[in-house]
Amino acid sequence: MKIIYLVALALFITPGLCHADYDYIDINNPFLRKIPIAIPVFSSLPDSNSNKQVLKKSSNILSDALEFTAYFKILDRGAFLIDPDNPPLITPKINFNNWVSIGAELLITGGLSKKGNTIVMELRLFDTFKGKKLVGKKYEGPASDLRQMILRFCSEVIYHLTGSRGIFNSKIAFISTGSGNKEIFICDFDGSNIKQFTQNNKINLFPAWSADAKWIAYTSYLNGKPDIYIINLKDKRFNTISKKGINIAPAWAPSKFQLAATLSFSGDQEIYLLTGTGKIIKRLTRKWGSDVSPTWSPDGKKIAFVSNRAGSPQIYIKDISSGQVERLTFNGQYNTQPNWSPKGDKIAYSSLQEGRNNIFVVDIKNRQPIQLTFDSRDNESPAWSSDGSLIVFSSTREGPSRIYIMTAYGTDQRRLLFLRGEQTNPKWSPNVNNE
Amino acid sequence: MRKNLWIGLVMLFLIPMFLFTVSCAQKEVKDTTEETATEPEKAPEEATEASKEVQQPTADMSEEERAILAARNMFLSEDIYFEFDKSTLDSMSQDVLSRKADWMRDNPDVVVNVEGHCDERGTNEYNLALGEKRAESAKSFLVDLGVEAYRISTVSYGEENPVDAGHNEEAWAKNRRAHFVIP
Repeated sequence: MKIIYLVALALFITPGLCHADYDYIDINNPFLRKIPIAIPVFSSLPDSNSNKQVLKKSSNILSDALEFTAYFKILDRGAFLIDPDNPPLITPKINFNNWVSIGAELLITGGLSKKGNTIVMELRLFDTFKGKKLVGKKYEGPASDLRQMILRFCSEVIYHLTGSRGIFNSKIAFISTGSGNKEIFICDFDGSNIKQFTQNNKINLFPAWSADAKWIAYTSYLNGKPDIYIINLKDKRFNTISKKGINIAPAWAPSKFQLAATLSFSGDQEIYLLTGTGKIIKRLTRKWGSDVSPTWSPDGKKIAFVSNRAGSPQIYIKDISSGQVERLTFNGQYNTQPNWSPKGDKIAYSSLQEGRNNIFVVDIKNRQPIQLTFDSRDNESPAWSSDGSLIVFSSTREGPSRIYIMTAYGTDQRRLLFLRGEQTNPKWSPNVNNE
Repeated sequence: MRKNLWIGLVMLFLIPMFLFTVSCAQKEVKDTTEETATEPEKAPEEATEASKEVQQPTADMSEEERAILAARNMFLSEDIYFEFDKSTLDSMSQDVLSRKADWMRDNPDVVVNVEGHCDERGTNEYNLALGEKRAESAKSFLVDLGVEAYRISTVSYGEENPVDAGHNEEAWAKNRRAHFVIP
C-alpha cells in the first residue's frame, strides 16, 4: 500500500485502545457463544453526499470480514430501530437502548465522504450495554483502498476484543487443477482476489510461506522430478533445492530465512535444515524409513514430522537441540500432515481411519486427539491461521476436492472459494502487509 | 564432464522458461474465478513421451522385428503392483521384474526410468515418499539380478499421476504401481 493513512487522529483515540479488553471474547473457547453485533449501513459524513451503493458495499465488506472470524453473530439490519437513511454515528446521538433491545451487544457505525478520488472514513465500535465507544478510527486514502481501510479497522476491532491482530492481512496459497495441471494459486484470507502463482504446466505441490510472507517455497516437477523452488513474491528471485531423488514438503522456520524439507539424495528420505538459498545446514532426522512433512513449533525449538519408522505413518516430535524424539499419535494406522498451531499448544493433522481421512487436533500436553471433521468424505491438509483461531483444509464433501475453513474447535465449517478443477494443500500466510 | 554439459544445456532452456513462467503469473491472471473454459493444450513433449512407450508394429516389419518390438512393448506395458502403504515386492512382481531384467540384459544399450506411483488414499506428502520407495525397490531388485545400476533411474509421482481416476479399490489397485519408461 503506497498511501499513508491518517490513522487514529487524536480525537478518536480512546482509553481502552492500547490495552485490549478480553471481557468480550473468551479466548479459551471463543466460538461457544457468538457476540451479537449490529452493523448498520454506513452514512455520509456531514457536508458530503456519498453514493448509496458505496455506503452499502462498505458496510457489507465490514460485516462479511467480521463474520468470517466466526466470533460474531451479525444482526439482521431489518430489525434495527433506526432511520436506515440516516443512522446516528457518534455517542451522544446514538440511543443505545434501541440496540440493546434488539440484542446487539456491540455496534459499529461508519461514516464516509468522498472528495475527488479521496475517501475519508470514520469507523467506531461501541459497547451498547455500557454505552461506550471502544475503538474509533479515521482513515483517508484513494477510493481503490476502500477495502484495505475497512479491513484495517476490522484488525483494530479484533485486536481490541481478543488481543490478536486477526487474519485480515493474511493470504492463503493452495493447489488448483483448473488449468489441467496442479498449479499454485493465492487468494486473500476470505477467498477473494484469487491469483494464479505458478503457470508452468507441471505438477506443483506443497506451498509454504516464509515467516515474513515474502517468500514461498514449494515442490515442482518443472525439471521432471520433485524439486523445491524458493521464490521471492515481489522480485521473483528464486533458489532451488534439486538434489538427486525427491526434494519435497518445505516448512519455513519461524522468524528465520531457513527451512526444513525432506530430501532423499542420501538414499533414505530424511528431513534437513536448509538455508533459504537452498544450502544444507544440517540433517534433522536420523532413522531408516520415510521422514516427511516437517512443521515447526512457534519457538523454533522443535519439529513435528511424519515417519513410518514404526511400520505405518505416524507423527513424531523432535527436540532439535537435544535430538530427543517422541511419538505423538497412536490412534489409527495412518496419521500425517501435521501442522503446529501458532500458539504452540496444539498440532492439527489428518488421520486415515475406516477408509476416510479426517482432521484431528491433538493437545501437546494431554495428548488427547479431538476429531474436527465427521461424515464428510475426505478431509485433509489442515493449516492454522496465524492467530490460531481458524483452520483451512481441503475436503471432498461436495464431490471434487475444495478448500474449506473452520474454527480451531471445528465449528463453522464452510467453503472458502469456488474455482474450476480441484483444490488441495492450502497453507495460511502470516498476517503481515507486504503490499 | 559430459553430464555437466547436459545439465548446462538443460538449465539453459529451463531457466528462461522458469523466469517467464513466474514473471507472467501476475500479469496473466486478473480474475481466475471466472476461468475460461478453454483447456490449455497438452504440452507437446508429453505426446511424444507417450509414443516413446508402446509402439504398434508397422506393415513392412519382418517377423523378427515384430518379435523384438513385442518384447520391448511388453517391457514397457507391464507395471508391477503394490499393497496399500507398502513398497515390498510380491512374487508376481518379482516374476515381472525377472522378465524385465532379462530384457534389459538382452538390450544393454537401453536405459530406463522407473516411476513410482500411489493411490489417492493417504496424503500427498507421504505418498510422494512412498512412490520413491516403490520405484527404488523395483530398481534394486533389477540390480540384484545383474542389471547395471547406472542404467536405471527413478522418479516418484506419489498420488499425482493416477492411471485410473476412479475412487474405488479397483482403481486404487491399478494406481499403486511402478511403471517403466525408456526416456
